[in-house]
Amino acid sequence: MNLHEYQARDILRRHGIPVPPGEVATTPAEARAIAERFGGKVVVKAQVHAGGRGKAGGVKLAKSAAEAEAHAKAILGMTIKGLTVHKVLVAPAAEIATESYVGIIVDRTSQRPVLMVSPAGGIDIEEVAAKTPEKIHRLAVDPRYGLLPHQAVALGFALYSDVKQARAAADIMQKLYGVVYAVGASLAEINPLVTTADGTVQALDAKIGIDDNELERRPEIAALRDVSSEAPEEVAARAAGLTFIKLDGDVGCCVNGAGLAMATMDLVKYYGGQPANFLDIGGSSNPQKVVAALRIMTSDPRVKVILFNIFGGITRGDDVANGIVQATKEFPLKVPIVIRLTGTNEKEGIAILERAGFKALADMDEAVKQAVA
Amino acid sequence: MSVFIDQSTRLVVQGITGRDGSFHAKQMIEYGTKVVAGVTPGKGGQRFENTIPVFNTVAQAVHETHANTSVIYVPAAVAASAIFEAADSGIELIICITEGIPVLDMTRVLPFVHERGARLIGPNCPGLISPGKSKVGIIPGNICKPGKIGVVSRSGTLTYEIIHQLSTHGMGQSTCVGIGGDPLIGTNFIHCLAAFAADAETAAIVMIGEIGGTDEQRAAEFVKEKVKKPVVGFIAGQTAPPGRRMGHAGAIISGSSGTAADKMAALAKAGISVMKRPADVVPLLQERL
Repeated sequence: MNLHEYQARDILRRHGIPVPPGEVATTPAEARAIAERFGGKVVVKAQVHAGGRGKAGGVKLAKSAAEAEAHAKAILGMTIKGLTVHKVLVAPAAEIATESYVGIIVDRTSQRPVLMVSPAGGIDIEEVAAKTPEKIHRLAVDPRYGLLPHQAVALGFALYSDVKQARAAADIMQKLYGVVYAVGASLAEINPLVTTADGTVQALDAKIGIDDNELERRPEIAALRDVSSEAPEEVAARAAGLTFIKLDGDVGCCVNGAGLAMATMDLVKYYGGQPANFLDIGGSSNPQKVVAALRIMTSDPRVKVILFNIFGGITRGDDVANGIVQATKEFPLKVPIVIRLTGTNEKEGIAILERAGFKALADMDEAVKQAVA
Repeated sequence: MSVFIDQSTRLVVQGITGRDGSFHAKQMIEYGTKVVAGVTPGKGGQRFENTIPVFNTVAQAVHETHANTSVIYVPAAVAASAIFEAADSGIELIICITEGIPVLDMTRVLPFVHERGARLIGPNCPGLISPGKSKVGIIPGNICKPGKIGVVSRSGTLTYEIIHQLSTHGMGQSTCVGIGGDPLIGTNFIHCLAAFAADAETAAIVMIGEIGGTDEQRAAEFVKEKVKKPVVGFIAGQTAPPGRRMGHAGAIISGSSGTAADKMAALAKAGISVMKRPADVVPLLQERL
């Protein structure tokens, strides 16, 4: 789960990291009122879960409260990478002297949280990483001891030659490391970490991604989820316990297991088709999940055929078959359906399907060929 | 021979009285696995299916039954704790089936397990099976056949698909290992490839990877340098959308190297026969054997 910039800034502030002021507005009038409080010269930033906000016109500088209101009017309701903007952050325009990058991510290879810092911060940090990797300094932190003071200070000096600034940055890094474990973050980054005209070090923009597996034990973080900023199908899928990602094709895919789901999408492409989605109904089977999956797929007008690929393990074939039959009683499928069903309780599942007038195939390639034809 | 588990495996089931634990404990016993104990705190002294002793702690189970392997079916909220407990009790091989363990928990679990000299398989994995000998986890026994192919995979049901292809074409398996799909796992491709390379009963190896991370590329390097047996590989996710990355830091860590195309190229460069689809596994193995 991704947090909005304003939510991430709040978390950083609560953990003692210096963050410049800023408030959230949902209407142009609110934006104007906030801008007036900050003296008129502000930046208005779209709060949306998409990168490249600036390039999309979602970040605007205003010289007056009236201009802030006009910018907010333009930004609120705009669409960035398919997501509608419902909130803007209004913050005083800062006098920036330097921009750096500080980020922490859990790294697969070292199996540790890795702290990355770069004196070349700002919007193009990915380009920095690709073109001048020597400008990125990394440290794999031993989670038993945490980020040690001397390690943080050394990285602070990678950003600033001034000892006061290096120590301030080190303090921010240690606090950011604390944030990761405190909120269950899979990613926490400050970009840019700035120095202002008077030399203070501040976190100007922040991004925090939460490991979804942490949400059950952290209700206060789960409550930060902004459903209005996510694709509606994905919200519906999550509510039903499914993993769903919308794609551009016309073959709706419903599979148990992420690996098999990806392999099924690949096979659709192999035989000349285009998958309409990634959809994993997960391990434990429940007919209601299948009903929800069919409801989501049939609501997409681009879907011309629905392909089930079920290899029963924990998932039981009869549960899936019951779900398909149940769905047809609740709403029309509208498009042809091709079902491959094998594994646990396949005989029971096939019998249920045949009684309802459906056929089931045993072979994955045959099923995909039929769906694509 | 086989890898990691065989007839000498003495298994303790953590969470044996739970819904998943009890179901799969029965399946494993039916398959012939030596299930010697179960653990559920508060249910010590009971007997599972009237025969298998249940203990309050793993340490008691190990002391009383000489269990050397543990399988974990407990809920995600207590699964990290269950792994700590198994490693602390002298269990040598820990298989964690549980899905949904927070990654940050694993950053603390893995060094702990390593320091105690134990091997962890998973979490979020289907476990492993040495057909005809022993099964630990949830891989359906009826789709496997004893034989000479070693299978290692990051996936669950895709592994079943590949095993099914092998078995229906008369190609049995020495051992099939599901290493799990989480970012932080205890046993990776290289560990399994090394074990298969050293196993006299394994004639060829099938490795099934996915997009994300760079484990497959490092495994390919290992195959090139150390594995003389034929290896056939598959990478799932060729059509997966490139977006969905975890902010800038994710892109910095993985660059473009997490894509299926990059991984397939790395496999091919290392002399691994690369499948385009699961059904290619049998013909490619036939070519190489």
